[in-house]
Amino acid sequence: MLVAENYREIGTLRVKTGLAEMLKGGVIMDVVNAEQAKIAEDAGAVAVMALERVPADIRATGGVARMADPTIVEQVVNSVSIPVMAKCRIGHFVEAQVLQSLGVDYIDESEVLTPVDDEHHVNKHEFTVPFVCGCRNLGEALRRISEGAAMVRTKGEPGTGNVVEAVRHMRTVTDEIAWLSGLRSEQLFAAAKDLQAPYELVKWVAENRRLPVVNFSAGGIATPADAALMMQLGCDGVFVGSGIFKSGDPAARAKAIVEATTHFEDPEIIARVSRNLGEAMVGINISDIPDAERMQERGW
Amino acid sequence: MRIGVLALQGAFREHIMMLEALEVTAVPVRQPAQLGELSGLIIPGGESTAIGKLMDAYGFYDPIRQQHDAGMAIWGTCAGAILVAHEVLDALPDQQSLDLMDIAVRRNAFGRQVDSFEADVDFSGLDGSDEYRGVFIRAPWIESVGVGVEILARHDGEIVAARQQDMLATVFHPELTGDPRVHRYFVETIVGGR
Repeated sequence: MLVAENYREIGTLRVKTGLAEMLKGGVIMDVVNAEQAKIAEDAGAVAVMALERVPADIRATGGVARMADPTIVEQVVNSVSIPVMAKCRIGHFVEAQVLQSLGVDYIDESEVLTPVDDEHHVNKHEFTVPFVCGCRNLGEALRRISEGAAMVRTKGEPGTGNVVEAVRHMRTVTDEIAWLSGLRSEQLFAAAKDLQAPYELVKWVAENRRLPVVNFSAGGIATPADAALMMQLGCDGVFVGSGIFKSGDPAARAKAIVEATTHFEDPEIIARVSRNLGEAMVGINISDIPDAERMQERGW
Repeated sequence: MRIGVLALQGAFREHIMMLEALEVTAVPVRQPAQLGELSGLIIPGGESTAIGKLMDAYGFYDPIRQQHDAGMAIWGTCAGAILVAHEVLDALPDQQSLDLMDIAVRRNAFGRQVDSFEADVDFSGLDGSDEYRGVFIRAPWIESVGVGVEILARHDGEIVAARQQDMLATVFHPELTGDPRVHRYFVETIVGGR
């Protein structure tokens, strides 16, 4: 049978979630200019996140953190052949419109930037470009997915070089999925109410025992062993923000984290790639961060 | 029959699930030593630069070529199609390929993610109907093919699937559709027909 061969359907859920599927097992790296983007691509990053400042600098500088200057985003888009992501503020649908017009491949509606809406996230169904959003637990993940997120990431605490919060959030999501899948069908209605998530998504997770979209780990990953830890805890890939370009030898550390993410179950390989990487980023203890400065609390 | 799926990065799990649904033993391949005793190898979609660098770092290029010479069939999807190609257009300066199939593949030829699309393609040789739902994600296309390469599908005039003896290249993603007919074609017609 001859089909209408010129007809293309763009922006479908399948092409949005599909790009995230292609990123699995990979490392997405924060970059602030074209030069860093090239280093990331050469190290084997599956995508880069174009930013004006990495989270550690946002934390240090304070003030309102916004979408990057379009010039920076464009320079990164033009400098690499791998997918480029960029961050908009939570609820700032105009920043999202701007980023889509610049041709970015994924938008991160991110708690790293200062939220502009304390009730509503962006309606991500309205966009052709796919979105990734942060979560600390299953309910938050499913709320973002119901708003149209095609990928999620556990939040961790960005810009700290301290992976403890990433571990907590990953374990929480995994434990809640295990809990859901042990419930009887009539209990899922109450579970949906407790999770503050749509019943249909809750039911899907209970039946399939996994999230309906790809989940990466983010927020505090600084070493190859950190990346492999998150992979062994069940994430599909990792975001490394400040951990690479705030370290002593970014190119070597980036390549080592890529290899540890692929071979996350092979301690000999993780040992080999962890040698002689120079200084890791200094890092911050979570208890030293005032509550108001904890980025993970942003998002509703 | 054992079919390997290169499991360095990308959508390898989906290929394994499709093969298992066809009751084929699917093996995730992370080291070259695992290539022995495979009837076929699938190189999945992902980022061709990332997969290519990991293939280089772990010494996959020559062992895959040798196993292919010894009779292992190969199927590359999307990034995998780039990695099996003789020539890669719009490649990074140092980007390697296996140089096995006599095709020239252009990276990201259909555009960026906002241009990613689904479309029905006419795929000759599938059982039942030839119509197949193609999922194209930042997809390359096959810009030209050599003598001895059979064109299996086109979209909008561009070549999107091709076969050369025991090798198959598709620039779209049959592993994301739930429709097992391209996997069955690889297993029965290409691997089974060697």
